[in-house]
Amino acid sequence: MDKPFAITLDPGSSLANRTGSWRTLRPAYSDHLPPCNNACPTGENIQAWLYHAESGRYEDAWRALVRDNPMPAVTGRVCYHPCENACNRGRLDESVSIHAVERFLGDEAIAKGWTFEPPPQRSGKRVLVVGAGPSGLAAAYHLARFGHEVEIREAGPMAGGMMRFGIPKYRLPREVLDAEVRRIEALGVTIRLNAKVDSLLKARDEGGFDAAFVAVGAHLSKRAWVPAGEAARIMDALSVLRGVEMGEKPLLGRRVLVYGGGNTAIDVARTARRLGAEEAVIIYRRTRDRMPAHDSEVQEALDEGVMFRWLSTIKMGTDSAAGETFTIEKMALDDTGFPQPTGEFETIEADSLVLALGQEVDLSLLDDVKGLTLHNGVVKVDAHMMTDCPGIFAGGDMVPSERTVTVALGHGKKAARYIDAWLRGTRVEDTPKHSLASFERLNPWYYTDAPRTVQAELERARRESSFDEVVSGLNADNALFEARRCLSCGNCFECDNCYGVCPDNAVIKLGPGKRFSINLDYCKGCGLCAEECPCGAIDMVPESI
Amino acid sequence: MTVQQISFYQTGTFTVGNRLLDEAQRTVQATVARANSLTSGHRACQGCGEALGARYAMDAAMHATQRQMVVVNATGCLEVFSTPYPETSWQVPWIHSLFGNAPAVATGVAAALRVKGRQDVRVVAQGGDGGTTDIGFGCLSGMFERNDDVLYICYDNEAYMNTGVQRSSATPPAARTATTPAMGDAPGNQFGQGKFLPEIAMAHRIPYVATASVADLRDLEAKVEEAIHLRGARYIHVMVPCPLGWGAASHDTIRLARLASECGLFPIFEARNGEVADVRKIRHRVPVEDFLKPQKRFAHLFDPEPDTRRIALIQAHADRNIQRYALLP
Ligand SMILES: Cc1cc2nc3c(=O)[nH]c(=O)nc-3n(C[C@H](O)[C@H](O)[C@H](O)COP(=O)(O)OP(=O)(O)OC[C@H]3O[C@@H](n4cnc5c(N)ncnc54)[C@H](O)[C@@H]3O)c2cc1C
Ligand SMILES: Cc1ncc(C[n+]2csc(CCOP(=O)(O)OP(=O)(O)O)c2C)c(N)n1
Ligand code: SF4
Ligand code: SF4
Ligand code: SF4
Repeated sequence: MDKPFAITLDPGSSLANRTGSWRTLRPAYSDHLPPCNNACPTGENIQAWLYHAESGRYEDAWRALVRDNPMPAVTGRVCYHPCENACNRGRLDESVSIHAVERFLGDEAIAKGWTFEPPPQRSGKRVLVVGAGPSGLAAAYHLARFGHEVEIREAGPMAGGMMRFGIPKYRLPREVLDAEVRRIEALGVTIRLNAKVDSLLKARDEGGFDAAFVAVGAHLSKRAWVPAGEAARIMDALSVLRGVEMGEKPLLGRRVLVYGGGNTAIDVARTARRLGAEEAVIIYRRTRDRMPAHDSEVQEALDEGVMFRWLSTIKMGTDSAAGETFTIEKMALDDTGFPQPTGEFETIEADSLVLALGQEVDLSLLDDVKGLTLHNGVVKVDAHMMTDCPGIFAGGDMVPSERTVTVALGHGKKAARYIDAWLRGTRVEDTPKHSLASFERLNPWYYTDAPRTVQAELERARRESSFDEVVSGLNADNALFEARRCLSCGNCFECDNCYGVCPDNAVIKLGPGKRFSINLDYCKGCGLCAEECPCGAIDMVPESI
Repeated sequence: MTVQQISFYQTGTFTVGNRLLDEAQRTVQATVARANSLTSGHRACQGCGEALGARYAMDAAMHATQRQMVVVNATGCLEVFSTPYPETSWQVPWIHSLFGNAPAVATGVAAALRVKGRQDVRVVAQGGDGGTTDIGFGCLSGMFERNDDVLYICYDNEAYMNTGVQRSSATPPAARTATTPAMGDAPGNQFGQGKFLPEIAMAHRIPYVATASVADLRDLEAKVEEAIHLRGARYIHVMVPCPLGWGAASHDTIRLARLASECGLFPIFEARNGEVADVRKIRHRVPVEDFLKPQKRFAHLFDPEPDTRRIALIQAHADRNIQRYALLP
C-alpha cells in the first residue's frame, strides 16, 4: 500500500481473506452403503433406484434395479425382504416398503413392455446352465449381458423351478413369472425344457460348452417314518404343490393335517383350503415364535382359517372304520428350546396327512465329476461360487446357504461375474465396499412423518375359494409416496441443506444431478454442513498439516 | 407458508431445498441466485449462528425487495467480523451506526427516502441482542412508537459476544458469562424476569412482530418476506447460537437453535398489531436438559451434581411458554 498517512483507503471485499486457513477438519462428500443395499442378497442398489422412483422416473428406476436383479416382479412378491429389516427408516417409524415399490416397478415393466438392453458384444464363449430356477435364470441373464452364449437345460416342462412348482399362484401369479422369464429369453438365452441333464460332464463336453453353472435346486422331499395303515393317505408337500401346478386336483379330503413348520407347510395348508378342505391343521413340534415360516405368511394362513397345533408331533396313522386317524404326541421345549416328547398322546381324525419336512438335493448328475466336496448333502463352493472342479460353478438351493429365491438370484449373479472372469482369464475387480450408512449418521429431524403404505389384501371369502393373488400392489401414486419415504441413507439427494447452512458460503452448488463441492479457500471446517446433512453424506476428515 | 400438493416425505419442507420441488417452492437459500449478502472471507468464528442468520435474513430481504434496500447495522459482532475497515463482506448498501442508535439512523434513512419519493427502496436495520435489548432499546422503542417505516432484525445470541461474552438483558437465567461467572451459591446469571423483546415490541402494537431461528430457514425466509412487504415498524427476533459464547461445538449451532425451540425455551410465533397470530408448533418435544447439556455456559447446572432445582425452574419457564403460545401440536 503506497498511500500517504491518514488517507481514506480503498474499500475492498473480504473475499481476499482466505479464512479456509483456519480449518483443521474438512468436509468430504462421500457415499455410504445404505443398510438396505447391504442386506439385499442380489446386491440391489435399492437407494439408487428409489432415488429415480422418487421423481417418478420409473423406467430409470427399473433399469437401475435390473442391473442386479432380473426378476423384480417376482422378488417384489416372494422375497422375504431382508432389506426392510435393515432399513433405517424402521428406527423412525416403519421401514420403507421396498418390496412393494420393487413389485410396482416390475409390474410396470411388464405392462409397458420394457426390455433389457442387448449385450454390447459377443464373447464367442458358450456356457451351460443346468436348471431354470431363479439361480439358473439369473446366471443366464448376467452371462448373456456379459456377451456369452447361454443355454439352460431344464428337466421340467416349464421354467421357473420352485417359483413355479413350489410357490403357489396366490402368491406369485404365473403371468408375472412367465413375463419375467420371457424377457430373459428375449435377451438371447436359450431354455431347453424337458431336457434333464443326467451327467454334467457329458452334457458339457458334447455341447462344447466352455463353462457350466449348475443350479438344480432341492427337490427330494424328506420323509419321516410314519407307520400308517394301508389306506392312510400320506403325501409330501412338493408333490401336492407340483400336482396343483400341473392342473391335477390332489385328493386331500375334508380334513387335512400338515406336518412341518416351514413356509412349505404353510403353502400346502393354504393350498389345501383352496382345494376345498374345510380344515387344514398344521402340526408343529415347537411354538409359533420358533417356527421357521415367516410371520407374514403365518398370519395370512391364520386369516384364511388354517389351524395350528403347536408343540405336537405325529406318532402314527392307523386305519379305522371312521376314516383315518393319526396319533399326536404333545411335546415340551427343553431349556435349549428343543422339543422333547412328553408321553401324552391324542388321536385326531383326518383324511390325509401332508409331510412338509424339507427338501434334499438330487446330485446324481454330478456323480462322475471328480473331486467335489459335499457337505450335508449339498455341494461346497468357494467364494467365487466355483465347485472344487475347475470351470464348474454352482448356486441356489444346492449349495450351503439360505434357501430363498433372492439368495438364488444373488448366487446366479455372483457366479456369472466369476464365470465371466474365468472365461476371459481376468480377475474380478472387487470394489471396496463403502462404509455403512448407520442410523447414527442421519439427522432424522429433517424427515417428515409418513406412515408406510399398506398393500390391500383380497377378502377372505375369495382367498378360500380361488387361487387369485392375495396381496395387491401399489399404483403410480402411492408407489411415489412410498419411494419418497426413503431417507436416502448415506447418499446425497440434493436437499441443498449443506449449501444453505454454511455460514461461509463455502459450499458450491454444481447444478441438478451434479451435487456439490466445497470451496476450501473459505471453508472454516465448522462441520455444520456434515451435522445438518439429513442423510449423512458428508464426512469431516482431518486436514493433513 | 406455501402448502405443497404432494408431500415430500423424504425431506418434508424442513430442508433448505429439494430437487423435487418446483422453482416457486424453493427457498432463497437454495438458489444459486441468492445475493450472498454476507459473503465469504468474513471473520466470524467457525459455525457462527449470527453470520448464518444475517445472510438468511438479508438474502431473503434482497430477494423480496428486488435488491432495492438499505441496511443499517448496529455495532456488535456482526459488524466487527464483517467490516474491518476498509474491507467489507457486505454485498448490500450498508451503513454503520453506533452501538445504540441503529433504529434512529434507520428512521432517518427512511425519512430521507420518503422525502426523495423513493417508495421502492426499503430500510432494514439489524443488530445483536446487546445493541437491541439494552443499549439501543430507547431508540428502538421510539421507532416502534412512531411506527417508522423500518424493519428491525435482532440476532439474539444471548450476550455481548463481541466484547468477550458479557451478560445482556437477553442472557438466560443461570448462564455463565464473563460478568456472571459460575461461582457462589447461585452460579451464573440471576433468575430474573429476563427481557423478552418480542413481547415488548408487541406491546407497542406495531404491525408485525415475529420470532425465528436459524434452525427453521423456511419459516425465517417467509417471515422476512412477509415483513418486507408491510409498511410501518416491524420487528423480527432471530435465535442465533454462538459456539464461542455458549461453549458449544461449532457444528452444533443449528442443532442448539432447534433444541431451544423444541424444548419451549424459544417460542416461534408471529404477531400482528400486538396479537399473536400464528405459532410454529413443536415437532418433537424435548426436556430443557437436552438444550442445556451441550453448552459449557450451563455446565455448572450438571457438574459436580445436577442442580435439579434450577433445572426445574428453567423447565417451568419452557412449560410456561408452551402453554402461553400453545406450542404443542
Ligand atoms: C413351497 C415352497 C415355497 C417357497 N416360497 C418361497 C418364498 O416365498 N420366497 C422365497 O424367497 N423362497 C421360497 N421358496 C424357496 C425357493 O423357491 C428356492 O430357494 C429357490 O427356488 C431355489 O432356486 P434354485 O434356482 O436353486 O432351484 P429351483 O428353483 O429348485 O430350480 C431348480 C431347477 O432345476 C431343475 N433341475 C433339477 N435337476 C435337473 C437336472 N438334472 N437337469 C436339468 N434340470 C434340473 C428343476 O426342474 C428346477 O426347475 C419356497 C420353496 C418352496 C418349496
Ligand atoms: C455505547 C457503546 N458501548 C459499548 C461498546 C462496546 N461494544 C462493542 S460491541 C459490544 C457488544 C455487542 O453485543 P451484542 O449487541 O449482543 O452483539 P454481539 O456481539 O453479541 O453480536 C460492546 C459492548 C460500544 N461500541 N458502544
Ligand atoms: S431409508 Fe432408504 S436408503 Fe435408508 S435403508 Fe431404508 S430404503 Fe435404504
Ligand atoms: S459449513 Fe461451510 S465452513 Fe463449515 S465445514 Fe461445511 S463448508 Fe466448511
Ligand atoms: S445436505 Fe443435502 S445436499 Fe448436502 S450432501 Fe447432504 S443430502 Fe446432499
